[in-house]
Amino acid sequence: MQFLERNLPKIMLAPSFVAILIFVYGFIAWTGWVSLTRSRLMPRYEIDGLIQYQRLFDSLRWDTAFGNLFLFGALFIGISMILGLVLAIFLDQNIRAEGAIRTIYLYPMALSMIVTGTAWKWILNPGLGLEAMVRSWGYEDFTFDWLVNSDMAIYTIVIAAIWQSSGFVMALFLAGLRSVDGEIIKAAQIDGIPTWRVYSAIIIPSMAPIFLSAFIVLAHLAIKSFDLVIALTGGGPGFATDLPATYMFSMAFSRGDIGQAASSAMVMMGVVFAIVVPYLYSELRAKND
Amino acid sequence: MKKSVYAVSAFALCVAGAVHAEPQAEVLHYWTSGGEAKSVAVLQEEFAANGGTWTDMPVAGGGGDAAGTALRARVLSGNAPTAAQIKGPAIQEWYEEGVLADISAVAEENGWADVLPASIASHMQCEGTWCAAPVNVHRVDWIWANADVLAANDITMPTTWEEFNAAAEKLQAAGIIPLAHGGQAWQDATVFEAVALGLLGPDGFRKAFVELDQDALTSDEMIAVFDQMRVLRGYVDPNFPGRDWNLATAMVMNGEAAFQVMGDWAKGEFLAAGKTPGEDFLCASTPGEGFLYNVDSFAMFDVDGDDKKAGQALLAELIVGTKFQEVFNLNKGSIPARVDVALDAFDSCAVLSAEDMNASSEGGSLLPSYAHGMALRGAQSGAITDVVTSHFNSDMSSEEAVQQLASAVLNSL
Repeated sequence: MQFLERNLPKIMLAPSFVAILIFVYGFIAWTGWVSLTRSRLMPRYEIDGLIQYQRLFDSLRWDTAFGNLFLFGALFIGISMILGLVLAIFLDQNIRAEGAIRTIYLYPMALSMIVTGTAWKWILNPGLGLEAMVRSWGYEDFTFDWLVNSDMAIYTIVIAAIWQSSGFVMALFLAGLRSVDGEIIKAAQIDGIPTWRVYSAIIIPSMAPIFLSAFIVLAHLAIKSFDLVIALTGGGPGFATDLPATYMFSMAFSRGDIGQAASSAMVMMGVVFAIVVPYLYSELRAKND
Repeated sequence: MKKSVYAVSAFALCVAGAVHAEPQAEVLHYWTSGGEAKSVAVLQEEFAANGGTWTDMPVAGGGGDAAGTALRARVLSGNAPTAAQIKGPAIQEWYEEGVLADISAVAEENGWADVLPASIASHMQCEGTWCAAPVNVHRVDWIWANADVLAANDITMPTTWEEFNAAAEKLQAAGIIPLAHGGQAWQDATVFEAVALGLLGPDGFRKAFVELDQDALTSDEMIAVFDQMRVLRGYVDPNFPGRDWNLATAMVMNGEAAFQVMGDWAKGEFLAAGKTPGEDFLCASTPGEGFLYNVDSFAMFDVDGDDKKAGQALLAELIVGTKFQEVFNLNKGSIPARVDVALDAFDSCAVLSAEDMNASSEGGSLLPSYAHGMALRGAQSGAITDVVTSHFNSDMSSEEAVQQLASAVLNSL
């Protein structure tokens, strides 16, 4: 009985521990192994060096996809955070109908990326959406053809992604703003400090952990972005809006090039690690202090 | 007495069961849309009429990508289907994995080698043995046109790409979109290979897209192909990116656009809308000689059990049989793969297609379509398509495109 009492948590956790060990870490290792082989249609297991990584970094399409990841990631995370913060500060001014407005901004998060992508595909289509509408008002020269312009198409994905998630970031920040001790703010107001200084010098710095959480959530959304691209542009025009996830999918499932798919998956994981490891490290260090 | 009758008949049944296994076939395919599902039902009925049990395993989506994934999972788990819809060099790729069966006995008994065009038969063979059965032939290098629009602008079907360009200029001046096109990578590739066949000629096309000859890929003629693609880019409307092919066909149908370059599945759209070939819409091969084919086929997998082997043989025999080839292709809009099927019931475009196929088979210009996965393996054709679509959708120069083409092909090998 005592044995059970002592070991019950371990027994309860063991199945999920084993499952994670096999289905997450086991398959990561498997993918890593396959990425070192010349696998094509079916996985093979004879190791053949770094040939797949060489092919990957020689491929122009991967260059585009990898570049897009950083461009999309930086703009998406940056603008979502700024927009979310601004919205949260405005909502924090004790305005009327705050609950309703908050729900409206948060609502896009409830949609799936496929719906967001399809809706924005129609809105941004020059012959169907925004451009056609403004032209029908009489502004014949108005052009907004980013969706079909291979240099600008990646920004349409940024727009749709921001629309989807800035409300969520707002909710996070709003919770952060509300958690700041009201006494400090009152004290600052009595001292005659202007409101913008209260925010920039007191409230925002004290919200640092919220920034970090928002960043981590948005970063992993950016790296695994797939459905939005498929719905909005299908990776096109050409392959101008490919992201590593769509690259990996097309290599694995339509081209029969499993080696390429595995190596691109490993590189994606490397990017995730580069972001998450410093975060974990800082978290752990903070606890030990 | 009565008892012994039962005993004898029970015994006889057992013997019969052991000797004559009932044919079984589990067929993995991706024909799930309206006309296609109807076509595959024809095969199912015929299979059942011959005493077989058909287990249907349709996997929808992704132009066969989803079916390919399902097939891979089945084969990896050691439970391959009897037959699976695979086409082109992917058949040989699967053969190299050591999972395909040898159906040479059926093929020889039914004289497949005599009734199939040689270049199509070669796709069905794996190192000398037959391992797949062809279902149909789609021609890819078609150009479709709206008859009224051409008549109103006094244009005839172009026979060279210069004529096409001249006609397009005229149409553009008249406010009609010359070329209906959907900006998806495979559609860009379809137009590209039609242009390439016209400008490189059959031999040049074979060198470049079948043999992947580096000199052919970087030749001046290839630069001219990309130049023509750039010209064509000027003839499509600005909203083309992402458009599905059938919407582009609809633009030709309602007179918004004049031409479309697309395989003969486009004919199904015209016919479904009640249009008549030769009157409402015109079909012709794209400028230049040659014939690009896209052949659907069933590869036969190595299976255990007499009933499954019998089912496999029956399936192969029926697929290439004249009756199925005729009925199926009437439903699907393609033409029979075997050359001895009577074409009385087929429309004029299909008859033209069959005549051209026979002529080019004799002239050596019957060529596999690269854009539809008949000429090259996935990695190589994908690498070419990447360059084609990125050139078509940007302002890349033709010289740069040719350089990228050569290096992308090398990288994919």
